[in-house]
Amino acid sequence: MNKQGNTYTFLYSMILVVVVAALLSIVSLSLQPRQDENRQNEKRQNILSAIHISSSAENSAELFNKYIKEQFILNAKGEKTNGKAFNIDIAKEYKKAADQRELPVFVANVDGATKYILPIYGAGLWGPIWGYISLDDNKTTIYGTFFDHSGETPGLGAEITTPKFNEQFKSKEIFSGERLTSIRIVKGGNASGSNEVDAISGGTITSKGVEAMLKNYLTYYEPFLKQR
Amino acid sequence: MENLLNIFVRSIFIDNMIFAYFLGMCSYLAVSKTVKTSFGLGIAVIFVLLITVPVNYLLDNFVLKAGALEWLLGSDASNIDLSFLSFIMFIAIIAAMVQLVEMIVEKFAPTLYNQLGIFLPLIAVNCAIMGASLFMQQRDYASVWEATTFGLGSGIGWMLAIVCIAAIREKLKYSDIPAPLRGIGITFIVTGLMAISFMSFLGIDLSKLKPQPVKTEATAQITPDETTESCVDMRVAAKAE
Amino acid sequence: MSVLFSAKNREFLLGPLSKNNPVIVQVLGICSALAVTAKLEPAIVMGLSVTAVTAFSNVILSLLRNTIPTRIRIIVQLVVVAALVIIVDQLLKAYAYEVSKQLSVYVGLIITNCIIMGRIEAFALANKPWPSLLDGIGNGLGYTVILVTIAFFRELFGSGTLFGCRIIPESWYIVNGGFYSNNGLMIMPAMALILVGLIIWAHRSKNKDLIEK
Repeated sequence: MNKQGNTYTFLYSMILVVVVAALLSIVSLSLQPRQDENRQNEKRQNILSAIHISSSAENSAELFNKYIKEQFILNAKGEKTNGKAFNIDIAKEYKKAADQRELPVFVANVDGATKYILPIYGAGLWGPIWGYISLDDNKTTIYGTFFDHSGETPGLGAEITTPKFNEQFKSKEIFSGERLTSIRIVKGGNASGSNEVDAISGGTITSKGVEAMLKNYLTYYEPFLKQR
Repeated sequence: MENLLNIFVRSIFIDNMIFAYFLGMCSYLAVSKTVKTSFGLGIAVIFVLLITVPVNYLLDNFVLKAGALEWLLGSDASNIDLSFLSFIMFIAIIAAMVQLVEMIVEKFAPTLYNQLGIFLPLIAVNCAIMGASLFMQQRDYASVWEATTFGLGSGIGWMLAIVCIAAIREKLKYSDIPAPLRGIGITFIVTGLMAISFMSFLGIDLSKLKPQPVKTEATAQITPDETTESCVDMRVAAKAE
Repeated sequence: MSVLFSAKNREFLLGPLSKNNPVIVQVLGICSALAVTAKLEPAIVMGLSVTAVTAFSNVILSLLRNTIPTRIRIIVQLVVVAALVIIVDQLLKAYAYEVSKQLSVYVGLIITNCIIMGRIEAFALANKPWPSLLDGIGNGLGYTVILVTIAFFRELFGSGTLFGCRIIPESWYIVNGGFYSNNGLMIMPAMALILVGLIIWAHRSKNKDLIEK
């Protein structure tokens, strides 16, 4: 058969496409469950680390069920709606108009005390940043935080994931009386107030991104947070 | 509109394909010996990016993404997720487009075609092209216009980089460089220095030139010290607020 | 065995590690080499992924080399490479999730890594499968060596750690009353380029015949 002819070329590409497509589908289908599990485990681990529970991929499901007692979804007015909070993709919600968003809430029970865990999402220097913030029963004192990012500068902006940065948020107040103050991130180790934390040196834009993200999301949750 | 402008400026100066992500380095190093040829290659890259990014955007959003086929097959399709095929589909589109560009250039600009020679088909394996499509997918642009703007901006940024380095290399020929560093070595170091100077564009955010009345979301403030460099450009941007 | 590892075949495997290194001598595959080198772990995973893809794509295309119609040669190569990269990506997502997140889009960019296409064109299409395999592994490892060297310096001086473990003691740092502080420039992307330049300088000072006129 003529190897440079049209028929051969055509047949060759057909066979190649079919073989490759079949192979890739098999690989993808057989690995899909594992990949989904990885993603869910990661989400559970992230939520748990906002209430200072460190977990591994293996025991995250078990610990999640142990600590998270309740989860529900709020609409923009702070009313509960139907659905499972864990299945909400916060990145997708972020793209909707503010009054269309579904806002997930996780309620945890840590040593008898109730904690509320709220997901947050925003923009850093290079790309999206996101995380979880947990509040005490009074809905104003921060219990813990977790931040992650997709591509901040390692060693600078990426430091928002470190314990050192996250520990600062504990016991800070997001309300001053009835007014939502959120958290101010200040430069140069000058944090003093009950709603101030230190920015990451060299990572100011990312730090400001965290500040904006907290402010935005706490505002969305404000109606819920004021139901005391 | 502000958003498109912002994406455009960002993709040229801040998220520059060469200086921030080192994509398309192979042809960047190989073709940057004279300004003229690098300009020609730059134009070709812009053209290919301008076509492939939006085409791949549509492909990703209407065929590959989870549930993207719903418009065609109804709600049954909401579970279909073909995103594992995205690499192979993107590269196929790119290869086809490059072939097309090659034919067009050969027909209408034979001089440029001869100058570019082997590098025209090699655009298909230029990381900048594939990289732009992958970044487009990762950043999840809201509309095809944003994706197109990003493609155009990335291309211009890439051309800017290769034309700059070509101009520097033309002058470098007369410099007294340590023998082992000549050629490729010094090009790397110069590119590194150029990348540092490009870092001073960090923090420009044109989306805030005008206050947006409907969306009252707080965005990051501009402060001129994310980089170790202090720079005029960012102060200008900060003043503009 | 002695045939499999004849002097010539050994050269295919070991040559790319230094004398014929794909990154610093052939100047291929730099695109993805630099962005993943801020830390050692992703650099090693990236190197091994590229090695796997180069080795397999070299073997597969060497087996197919007499059947491929010339007109669609490039497309066939791209399809094979893309398929292999998708498999690597899926495996990483399933079994090395953390690392796959760090590599993000750079896994996909292995497809357009010039080393792979370059070695297929220059070697696999003209040689038998076994030497092609050795050539693929050799070039992949040559790439890994450069990545690891750069990542070593960037992580050590940029973050004071190696593989995420602290090497430079905390007490040395200025904040803790010491004298040391991390070199912020090291973690900036630009420093990777300058480091490659310096490595080329050192390498060519040793191998004088590589010096350009």
